[in-house]
Amino acid sequence: MTKEERRNIRTGLAFISPWIIGFFAFCVYPLVSSVYFSLCDYSVLSSAVFIGMHNYTDLAADEVFWTALGNTFFFCAAAIPLGLVVALALAILLNFDIRGRGIYRTIFFLPSLVPMVCLAVLWQWLLNGEVGLVNNLLNPLLGFMNNLFGTQWVAPNWLAEARWAKWGLIFTVIWGVGNAVVIFLAGLQDVPRHLYESAEIDGAGFWHKTLHITLPILSPVIYFNLVMGLIGSFQVFAVPYVLTGGGDGPQRSLLFLATYLYQNAFDFWNMGYACAIGVVLFVIILACTLLLRAFAEKHIYYAGK
Amino acid sequence: MSQKKAHATQNLVVYIVLTIAALAFIAPLAWMFSTSLKPLQETMSLPPRWIPTEIQWKNYPEAIEEMKYFWRYTGNTLLVCVLSVFGTVSSSALVAYGFSRIEWRGRDQVFVVLLATMMIPFPVTMVPVYGLFKELGWIGTFKPLWAPAFFAGAFNVFLLRQFFLALPKDISEAARIDGCSEIGIFLRIILPLCKPALLVVALFQFLFSWNDFLGPLIFLTEQRDFTLALGLQSFQSQQGGTAWHHLMAASTLVLLPVLLLFFLTQKSFIEGISTSGGKN
Repeated sequence: MTKEERRNIRTGLAFISPWIIGFFAFCVYPLVSSVYFSLCDYSVLSSAVFIGMHNYTDLAADEVFWTALGNTFFFCAAAIPLGLVVALALAILLNFDIRGRGIYRTIFFLPSLVPMVCLAVLWQWLLNGEVGLVNNLLNPLLGFMNNLFGTQWVAPNWLAEARWAKWGLIFTVIWGVGNAVVIFLAGLQDVPRHLYESAEIDGAGFWHKTLHITLPILSPVIYFNLVMGLIGSFQVFAVPYVLTGGGDGPQRSLLFLATYLYQNAFDFWNMGYACAIGVVLFVIILACTLLLRAFAEKHIYYAGK
Repeated sequence: MSQKKAHATQNLVVYIVLTIAALAFIAPLAWMFSTSLKPLQETMSLPPRWIPTEIQWKNYPEAIEEMKYFWRYTGNTLLVCVLSVFGTVSSSALVAYGFSRIEWRGRDQVFVVLLATMMIPFPVTMVPVYGLFKELGWIGTFKPLWAPAFFAGAFNVFLLRQFFLALPKDISEAARIDGCSEIGIFLRIILPLCKPALLVVALFQFLFSWNDFLGPLIFLTEQRDFTLALGLQSFQSQQGGTAWHHLMAASTLVLLPVLLLFFLTQKSFIEGISTSGGKN
């Protein structure tokens, strides 16, 4: 190494030193000690006692944990693809040659600015079984359908019924999808016009262009959004916590891994057990991200690569 | 001619679908505002009324009164926001500079590590971090909410690095030849050129701190030290969901500064989010 190279390393490290300190204090240390505490009986108030795999065997036998795990997977499996489709559809519509694009984009974006607590309080009100706006709009529609088909559908009391509570949460979350709409729209506007033009000369219609030009070119952006959505959705906490008034919903239907982790850590002061849940959560997110990456490497189109 | 006609029908369909979707997206906000101005009985009237029979502005002072510490919450939130914004903008800019404008061996490998840290969810690290802050005696203070911002967030570094990389190398070279130090180049040449990017990072961090719920929930202990997000949640859980006109008034008040900030900075905002899309 030359003298200059060594000097550059020193300057470079000096500039990134705030991150290096933060990296050890808020990533490496907590991750390592999470793994260690997950093998301990630990309550912050007293010091940790090593108990081996005990917390994990307890988890495996804990029905509540399995409920939380199942709920988390259900939520991710529904909310991530639905959010993606809604955001993509809105972005594709906005990308048409229309007037007032800025206004529409602003309207779709606004809900994603709403602080999570406001969002949850608002939707608790909208989803109210008797006087909520959602059911007040839904009931006439269902009445009309019932007349037509002789069915007996009634609007559910969303957050009070175990069967519907998760869907209430999913609507709430999808309302805040505007961030992704803006990102997708930006990606769409980068698609070279001439590709569409030459496809049109070949007689390609809207769906053909979407499937064979838009989606492949947009695939890196879709991938990025998927990864971000996945990491965010697996740690869902604030919205269901506030929606349920600080609880976990009817028959624990809104209990998620992060909720159960929080309850164990700060309601029961069972920190070792909470860390074990955290480790499981982390491994799941890691595995899903790696899987997605392996899939993406085969299917993503990068311009110029 | 027929092609033109087909084009017009297509556009009409697009407008109709977009307008329905826009109504669905704006309706909850409109409903929130409408409820916040109604007398209590009218919040439960069937069928729902969009425009209150009498506009009741006094719901707002009443909600503030009932939240007890509303103005303290606001002050606490602003304090945390300002300190976090200052911390994250200064530290992220320094770090992003180190990852973009200086060539050093291993730089890009270390950057991959930084990106990987975005994958670690806060709930996973929060127990040991809580223990750490407890050791420091910081539980029940605002420090856990703003101090970590001084150690550069991965996402912000990523965003700023993109901007720094886009600036030509020659400007740094010229300054170096003139004998300018690295920190001088950073402060006097690069930073002034990147004001829009710094604004975007500041906005994102402000929003994050304003909205953050889990952090205040675990680190704050006294009700008068709560932030607005936590204060609103505690107001809602005391209420048990009855006085919806007050709850909606309080929610509107928490949302209002965010909306204001957005409309003042809309352009940088949308651009910031667009570039955050991982296009590279």
